[in-house]
Amino acid sequence: MIWAAILASGIGCYLLKLLGFSVPPAVLEHPVVRRVSMRIPVAMLTALVVVQVFGSGRDLVIDARAAGLAAATVLLLCRAPFLVVVVGAALTAAVIRQL
Amino acid sequence: MTAPAPERRGSIIRDGLGVGIATGLYGTSFGAVSVGAGLSVAQTCALSLLVFTGASQFALISVLAAGGSAFAAAATAMLLGTRNALYGLRVAPLLGLSGPARFGAAHLLIDESTAMSVTRKTQPDARLGFFVTGGAVFVLWNLFTLLGALAGTALGDPETYGLDAAVGAAFLALLWPHLREPGFRVVAVAAVAVALGVIPIAPAGVPVLAGFAVALVAGLLGRGQR
Repeated sequence: MIWAAILASGIGCYLLKLLGFSVPPAVLEHPVVRRVSMRIPVAMLTALVVVQVFGSGRDLVIDARAAGLAAATVLLLCRAPFLVVVVGAALTAAVIRQL
Repeated sequence: MTAPAPERRGSIIRDGLGVGIATGLYGTSFGAVSVGAGLSVAQTCALSLLVFTGASQFALISVLAAGGSAFAAAATAMLLGTRNALYGLRVAPLLGLSGPARFGAAHLLIDESTAMSVTRKTQPDARLGFFVTGGAVFVLWNLFTLLGALAGTALGDPETYGLDAAVGAAFLALLWPHLREPGFRVVAVAAVAVALGVIPIAPAGVPVLAGFAVALVAGLLGRGQR
């Protein structure tokens, strides 16, 4: 099942890239298509943050992951690089779990 | 076509390699988080080789780890990959590629290679920026994914090291640059509300796909915006 998801994503993501190289700009530059596609990463990454940090099955919980997210927010405000943000969040959550 | 002037050539290559190293390094976090989420080292490396677009890869493992179906995971990854099609539109005229070259170049079409080509003033400069950056990211992202996956396997229980919290931070970091646009902040707030509302009532994977619905509605309503 995991392999099916990997292969489908690999093929799908490649075809999307190729599509951008291949179709006449007019098709994808329709204002509605453009506006929706610019908003997809915003809305879906936000949903992924919420699910990943506050979700636990069908429950909403606040645990060490929320502290990790707070640390990540501070680091991003300080313009820290990606890897520092991710490691900082992980360490924060790990330390909170040891308390 | 003419080659870029030598002094520009050097700086374009340096910039591309710099971005490649910075981006490649965070492949380590993807590798570690992916095995922590329960994928094998081979599955983790296959993702970086075949999907090769960071946000989609992190999304796929996150949905699977939450218990989402293969369909929900792949759909999420592909929807996040749609922005690459828009990048292709911007980049294609700058590269001026035709025939088989397009098929290889398409795989390298990601945030970083786009950013390092659209800012160039001539076609040779844009082409050099695209291929050096895309090539460097591809090689290093895959190398560091493998190293991260091996390290993650050695580490053991992901929760001890807060790897689950690392995934949320990764999504926030990927989201961050989008939030500069005020209209997009409204979209993000709506997506938070919808996700919080959907999590208790829907199977895993659906709350993230609900984010797509938010994007759809916002895009349809946001006439006159970017």
